[in-house]
Parts: sequence; C-alpha cells; structure tokens
Amino acid sequence: MAEMLSGGDMLIRALQDEGVEHVFGYPGGAALHIYDAIFRQQKVEHVLVRHEQAATHMADGYARSTGRPGVVLVTSGPGATNAITGIATAYMDSIPMVVISAQVPQEQIGTDAFQETDMVGISRPVVKHSFMIKDPAEIPSVVKKAFHLASTGRPGPVVIDVPKDTTDPTMFAEYQFPAAVKMRSYNPASKGNGRQIRKALAALVSANRPVFYVGGGVIMANATDSLRELVRSLGYPVTNTLMGLGAVPGNDPQCLGMLGMHGTYQANMAMHETDLVCCIGARFDDRVTNNPDKFSPSATIIHIDVDPASISKIIEADIPIVGDAKLVLEEMCAQLAKILEAEPEAEQHARQARTQRWCEQIGEWREQHGLNHELRADSARPILPQLAVQMLYKVTGGDAFVTSDVGQHQMFAAQYYHFNEPRRWINSGGLGTMGFGLPAAMGVQMAHPLETVVCITGEGSFMMNMQELSTCLQYGFPIKILNLNNQALGMVKQWQDMQYGGRHSQSTYSDSLPDFKTLVEAFGHVGIKVTDANELEPALDWAFSAELKGKLVFVDVWVDPHEHVYPMAIKGGSMRDMILSKSTGAESN
Amino acid sequence: MRRILAVLLENEAGALSRVVGLFAQRNFNIESLTVAPTEDVTLSRLTVTTAGDERRIEQITKQLHKLVEVVKVMDLCEADHVERELMLIKLRASSDERQEIKRTADIFRGQIVDVTADTYTVQLVGPSEKLDAFLRAIGTAPILEVVRSGVSGVGRGDRVLSS
Repeated sequence: MAEMLSGGDMLIRALQDEGVEHVFGYPGGAALHIYDAIFRQQKVEHVLVRHEQAATHMADGYARSTGRPGVVLVTSGPGATNAITGIATAYMDSIPMVVISAQVPQEQIGTDAFQETDMVGISRPVVKHSFMIKDPAEIPSVVKKAFHLASTGRPGPVVIDVPKDTTDPTMFAEYQFPAAVKMRSYNPASKGNGRQIRKALAALVSANRPVFYVGGGVIMANATDSLRELVRSLGYPVTNTLMGLGAVPGNDPQCLGMLGMHGTYQANMAMHETDLVCCIGARFDDRVTNNPDKFSPSATIIHIDVDPASISKIIEADIPIVGDAKLVLEEMCAQLAKILEAEPEAEQHARQARTQRWCEQIGEWREQHGLNHELRADSARPILPQLAVQMLYKVTGGDAFVTSDVGQHQMFAAQYYHFNEPRRWINSGGLGTMGFGLPAAMGVQMAHPLETVVCITGEGSFMMNMQELSTCLQYGFPIKILNLNNQALGMVKQWQDMQYGGRHSQSTYSDSLPDFKTLVEAFGHVGIKVTDANELEPALDWAFSAELKGKLVFVDVWVDPHEHVYPMAIKGGSMRDMILSKSTGAESN
Repeated sequence: MRRILAVLLENEAGALSRVVGLFAQRNFNIESLTVAPTEDVTLSRLTVTTAGDERRIEQITKQLHKLVEVVKVMDLCEADHVERELMLIKLRASSDERQEIKRTADIFRGQIVDVTADTYTVQLVGPSEKLDAFLRAIGTAPILEVVRSGVSGVGRGDRVLSS
C-alpha cells in the first residue's frame, strides 16, 4: 500500500526522490508547513540566504557548475517577487532551475490576502513553464514534470506555486513518485537530421575561411569533448560567446577568444571575413552580431541549436540543424572521420593549405591588435583592472571556478582569464544581472566544497547583494572576492565618456563608498586593500595561501577609474567595426 | 500578410494566458482570437489571426510550439481552408429604414434574430471581409452595437489538425 503523507512532506520527499541535495531559500508564513517538513528530515540540506534574489542566483551558480537543476524555496508575496530577477537571469541563459514558491491558501487567492501575489502570472514571461498545485495528490507528479522540463531540451527555470492549504500537515494523500514523465505536448529535439548534418560537413570541408562560433548551449549539453574533437580534426579557428568560454581551451592556438561587442580583434575580424560560420548553441545575440544586416556578409551559415525558435530568428540559417548539441556533434565527428579517411590526398593538401592561409591571416590580426596578456605591474601608475585579472589567472593557475557580476570587470574577466574547461566561467550573460556574482559563487562552492571559487566583481555590483556575506559565514564558504574598485559604475561611465560628452550622470559615488576591508571584517571575513600595482601579486598570493584556505577573503583592488573596455563595437556597424583604444578612436574597416 | 493560425492547446487553467502573453511579450500582433474546448475535453482549439511577413509568422509558430501546453500549430493560410466569423449587429431601425435593412440582410444571407419597435439585431456568418462589406452596405442606419466572434477556421479536405 502506498504511503500516506501530508502535502508538505510529499514536496520534500519528492525532492529527495528526484535526487536533490541542496535547496536555497528563505522561510515565511505561507511556506511554514514546507519548512517544518524540511526540519524533520536530513537528506535535503537547506541553505538560508539573506535575500531571495540571492537564493535564485545561488541555485543558478549551482546549476551552471554542475549541470543539475538548482532548487529554490521561497514564501509567497515578497518572497516570490524577490526571486523574479534570479528567475529571469536563469531564463535568459537557459539554466535549469526549479523554484518552489509558497502561496496563500486557495480560498484566499484573489482576495488581496496578506503576502499574496500572482506568482504564476508575474513569472510567466521568464519561465519555461509553471505549475500551481491544486491538490496535494498531484505534488509528486508535478515535481517530476518540473525537473524534467527544467533540465531537458533548452533548459530553463520552472516555477511550482504551492498554496498553503495543499501542504496542510493534517491532510494526507497517497504518495507515489512517478518513474517517468509523459507529456504529449513536450517532445524536445534530440538527434539532428542526418541529411542536414551531411550538408554541414560538406560545407565545412570545402570552406576557405571557416569559423566555429560556439555558445553556452555546447556547455549546457555537455558537448565540449565532441566539439573539441571536431575542431581539432579540422584545425579550424573557434570563437566563443560570453556564455561559451571554456568550451574549447582558452589558451589553445585555435581559440580566438570571445567575439562580439567587447570581443577580440581577431575574433571579430574573422567573423566578418569568414565564408562559413558554424554556430553551435549560440543565438546571434545583438551583443555578438552588431548590425545584423552587415553580419558576416559573405558567409554560409550553419546553425545547430536545440531550440528551433533560435534558428533564423536574427540571422537566416542556410543549413539549420535542430538537435541536442552533444548528439549532433557526436554524429558529426563520426561522419567527419569517414569523410577525412576517404578524402584524396590532393584535396586534403589543398584543404590544409587553405586552413593554413586563413590561420595565418588570423594570426596577423592577433599580432596587430590582439589583447596584451603580458601586462606588467607599475607602481608609477594606477592599477590596470586587466592586470588584476591577469594576475588572478596566474595565481590560481587558470584552474578556478570564476563567477562575475556585470560591467567592465565582467568583460575584463572574460578577456583576460583563459578558461580551459567548461562550467568554470559563470556569469549573467543574457540578462546582465548586477549582484549575481557573490551568490552565484556561493552556489558553486556549495556544489564543489573543495574547489577554488573566485568572484570577480566591482564595487557597484557587489553592493547589490553584499548581505550574503552573512550567509557565507554561516555556511563557511571560503570564496575569494576580487573587487575591481573603480569608484564608479564603470560601464555606464564608459558609455557616458564615449557617447554623452563625458557627462557622468548618476554613475559616480566615490565620496560615499564604504571601507570594504572594515565592512567584510564586520561580517567576520578577511579584507585586504590594494592601491599599488606592486602590492597586487603579494596580496593575491596571501588571499590564496594555505593559511587563508578556509576563509572568505575580499581583495579590494583600487583600479584606474579612467580605464575603458576595448575593443568596443561601433554601434550600427559590422563586426569588424571596432574602437580599439581611447587614443586610436574609431577603427572602421 | 494576414495569417490564421489554428492551435491545439491543453485545456488547462492558465494555458490561454500563456498564449496571449507570448504575443504581447514578443511584440506579435493579435487581430482576433477565439477559443473553446474541442470534442476531446482535454483539448482546446484556438484560432488566432495575426499579420507579418514569412519570417515573422515562422517565428510566431515556433514560439507557440515552445509553450509546453501547445500540442499542435497549423497555419491555415498555407493551403485551402474555410474561415468563418459570426457577427451580431444591432441597428436603430425606425419605420422607414426597416425595409432597407431587411433587404440588405437578405442579400448577405443574414438573419434578423431580435426585433423591437425601433431596433433590429442582425446575425451574419461568413469570412471577415463579408462582415466588413455588410457594415459598409448598411449605409445610413445608425449602428448601436457590433459584436464579432473573431475568425474560426478549418483546412479543406483531408487536412486535419489533431493531437
């Protein structure tokens, strides 16, 4: 006979049966039956945050670093609305997440009851799907469906809204966790179309100036091994989106670095001059393409994506392939091996010669205007933020999990920290959520307790969720925070410098910043302030030393407040139209 | 270009709001919308008329497909189809106009479904253009109310939208 459980117990039991180990959340009136169920068990560990937005970012960081859905539990009303920013962040970057929001009892819904908000309605545009529990008996199957939806196809956040009466500890229903999910209207793509794959490979082997343009979809699909095999057997250059960094090793000679608005010179030039773009798990975002009408004017476009709606949305694909990146790439590798084996020697030489010419051209671009990765410390001038990231890379051996917030520091991190493995670079790409970095790092640390986790942030972003320093103490998260402190909202200020005659409208606050060292010490952590470039490396060595291994360390680096992020795309231009430095001004090709 | 999309949808609370929300969120236009359960009570059928070029319609169709509760989508305008809309129109019909209204309604194969001393309510069924034409043809008679159902449609012949 099936077990009889209350709704609250069913919910937690279903999470256990789904294999959930950690839940990030914050209690409140409508959620109390559920919280009591959490108290009476040991399998699911709950992390108590200080603000619900942070709970969603923690679950997000947890999901990005593991590939497993992050789980959030919040109460009704303000608990639910506070979670929205984090849900939208996950939605824009296709991150698997299940958010359980408590709701007022069903008989009070629609009465403007205390802490009532229409969570299903308010979250609708930023979720993959949502459910409202009507009857405790449906809890197990809804939980099963929610995790299935969140983690398959194009992943995304799923909300389960749980009215308080459905978790009533005095009402019992049969608990049975379903073994499988059946939904007639949900059949995500899996294998790619064989004919399209053959067409794509034919285009690839005959291309003159091919580029792989690789996004976060490859990482989400755990397809990096196949991707690396494919690009290595062809020897073609690869550029990553902000979300795709780490899909191929950042220090691999075939890797051109990031493309787009603040992408490298060689990546953007290659994208403009290419005759074949092979896009995998990316979506031709406006921060990548610049003006879509001027995008890769002479290229054939192959677009591989699990979401058919992403294909030909911005840029018309010549060879669309709908499918899971991993399955498609595995199939491509298998077929390519056969093609290359059968390739006549003369054709093989010709292809290799074409590739070599193309790579030489890219090498010249890299030589001309590529990023300088050998910056030197100089006490005579303010610390360059790029130098701080470069040193962090050195001190961590390029092997840390790095989260970031949003703004200049994010771009410097993406440009100067070479990610050699997937899931190591964790940032809010689509929504651009300031305040993401610290809680995301906490989620990563929860999932990887023994790994080095770094949050690269700026003082503006950091202050958006710094209350979580308290949570870090409670759970002993030994995160290292690198604060690139330019005493301003740097990216806003850069745009104001470049487009608004240097009028810094509401982007500076240097006379009212806290002393971050004292601040983090008040929270029980270690603070270090660095104002001289020559102090930077010793400070980082100390922060990452064995002595501070178990401690959260906040390194407040006072960087040059006048530094801009370059290259920068020229608005309305093609991808090769970039501003390369303050002094050179516009480089319009 | 005007298009008629037929959508089979899980007959569940909140499903319709997702469809309508999608159109608003993605800046797609809804010209008319009808929805009701089908012979299978677990399914609703929705007909939406919208406008846009080929690419836009493709994007609308794909985005609709992505909604978890959407079972099937068909663009009726891709092939032969029947479309119908129902209109109820209430007119001020004083003695000297009554004959003319009746005659016009007959020409359009409309029926007068409610009569008072000084009003007529005409019921008319047909493609949307026919309904528009009737409104133009009615001439000087003062219109008190117009109620249109929005377009419903079905593919001709063997073309069937089913789960």
